[in-house]
Amino acid sequence: MFAKLKEKYRYSLILLRELVRTDFKVKYQDSALGYLWSALRPLFLFAVMYIAFVKVMRVGADIDHWPVALLLGLVLWQFFGDIAKGNLKSIVSHGGLLRKLKFPRYIIVISSSVSALITLAINIVVVAVFAVINQLPFTPNLLLVIPVILLVFVFGLGVAFFLSAIYVKFRDIEHIWDIFMQGLFYGSAIIFPMSLVLRINGIGTLLAQILLMNPVSMAIQEIRHFAVNPVIPSLSSIAGENWWLMALPLVITVLFFVAGVFFFKKRSPNFAEDV
Amino acid sequence: MNSDIAVSIKNVRKSFRLPHEREDSIKMKVLNIFKKHDKGYDNYEALKGIDLDIKKGEFIGILGRNGAGKSTLLKIIAEIYQPTRGSIEVSGKLVPFIELGVGFNPNLSGRDNVYLNGAMFGFSRDEVDKMYNSIVDFAELEDFMDQKLKNYSSGMKVRLAFSVAIKANADILLLDEVLAVGDAAFKKKCYAYFNNLKANKKTIIFVTHGMGAVKEYCDRAVLLENGKVAFDGDPAEAADRYNGLFKKEEKKVVPENAKKDVQIKLVKINVTKKHISLNIDLKNNTSKTVDDIIFGVSCSRSGRLVGGFQSGGDKPFSVEAGSKETAEIAFDNIFGNGTYSIAVNLRDAKTKDIIDSLPNAVEFDNQFGSSNYFPVEFKVK
Repeated sequence: MFAKLKEKYRYSLILLRELVRTDFKVKYQDSALGYLWSALRPLFLFAVMYIAFVKVMRVGADIDHWPVALLLGLVLWQFFGDIAKGNLKSIVSHGGLLRKLKFPRYIIVISSSVSALITLAINIVVVAVFAVINQLPFTPNLLLVIPVILLVFVFGLGVAFFLSAIYVKFRDIEHIWDIFMQGLFYGSAIIFPMSLVLRINGIGTLLAQILLMNPVSMAIQEIRHFAVNPVIPSLSSIAGENWWLMALPLVITVLFFVAGVFFFKKRSPNFAEDV
Repeated sequence: MNSDIAVSIKNVRKSFRLPHEREDSIKMKVLNIFKKHDKGYDNYEALKGIDLDIKKGEFIGILGRNGAGKSTLLKIIAEIYQPTRGSIEVSGKLVPFIELGVGFNPNLSGRDNVYLNGAMFGFSRDEVDKMYNSIVDFAELEDFMDQKLKNYSSGMKVRLAFSVAIKANADILLLDEVLAVGDAAFKKKCYAYFNNLKANKKTIIFVTHGMGAVKEYCDRAVLLENGKVAFDGDPAEAADRYNGLFKKEEKKVVPENAKKDVQIKLVKINVTKKHISLNIDLKNNTSKTVDDIIFGVSCSRSGRLVGGFQSGGDKPFSVEAGSKETAEIAFDNIFGNGTYSIAVNLRDAKTKDIIDSLPNAVEFDNQFGSSNYFPVEFKVK
């Protein structure tokens, strides 16, 4: 059965492999450290954030191992952003190919996401090293990072399918998305702990619940709770008796993915003409 | 679908939306919703219902003027575009060769592009490894494989692209005018390959403007005009009709001061060893009889004037009001072998003003002359 599957997707796999190779070569062939710079971007961002927020503004200083939590959050957010932004223009940038050859269009999206995965891998290693330096106790809970990454990946792909298909027709989605991501970044509890949100009188819990509907925020929150410091509240405690709030981000992820795939599939026959 | 049909095209229509403004931002789309009176786009019908069955092993040429719909049709056959209506059925492995090098990336070397292009055709890296040397040999680019593709000439690019494409073992090969870029030696190689395909009963669909190639290689030719099939059949006839499309335009080029009281409707020619006779059909569109018409005939070969004369004012021709007449003009066949083009004009015998003019009235192929240009013997004294 595997053989049959392999045969069906053989062409897609070959193409995928070459596209990834090509994209890499073209992007980084003339810059030696080029790839390293973009891979270590969260590290640099972390350095700035750490100094500004933790050292100067004393945000999160009361939580043990907060630096690890911060870095981990930045890395996961970067991953999501890479998949989404990296794919926004992917269909258009491969326009030449689209207009000359018939092949499954989703391969372009997947090939653009591979580079995000590789960046993530490098960053995880950096986080691990940092965790050791920070003397974070290593527990089996750390394995939860795998399903967390999977969640962000699936959600990211769903968003990527939407964005790349929309960008073909409407080029200003790029600016809208940039602004949206900026706002979301500062609005989510990534650079500051959720405890600050929860402390807000009256609506603190509600606000936190809303923020955690975003699958990426939820993913970051959970891995912080389980792997870094249980003091950082998990969604289960914030949700309280609204247990369905825990399932909501997962549902949203699946929904986005399925809807994204459908939307992409529906639009893809017209890519060659619109691009 | 019949098992000996390679491509079956049924009532294919293709329309494109041409927006009035570039509607490429959400902001524009929203603003346009408020402009209800303007639909916002025009419909351009590139293909208006094409029915075509291409048999396996056929070498079929697709001809037409620029904008007739040839590339659109090819892209629909290659499933790059979707037809607005109608359907396409393809039996066998179809390899499109549309534009230089599918997926060629100018920033990569020739070598990298071979692997990339190979992947487009479904070859894994290992498979390309095995074919690599023969690809480079066929393309004759041994010394350039590590250069970036942007430094290649277009002839080099097409050689490389074609060398990879022929490895793809196509059952059906789609070619879109790209081969025009290669030099004569390359074209020879291509046609040798095509003959090979033909011998193996593979199908070739060939879009071109080179009528020589059509007449020599195609079994069948289809002429597209304004999105419809204008002719389907013998390549030589299709080629002639294609050339005729341009003549229709030339007929409109008449001097502005022509009086046009009488119009030249048709010129027929009869060529014999001794004489060439022209039958010129005239029509008088006015309510007055036109007298004193004299004829001017000029004969050109390859665009250069070879000979010409005017019929004498001693026998002026006249055409009555509103009627048709046929004038017969004969002259000696003093021409050598070759293809000639005859222009006819009408002048007023007295004022010498031009009444009507037909620059490319008729062509003829003279077989009755000697093979050299000079029609008569000459002796050196």
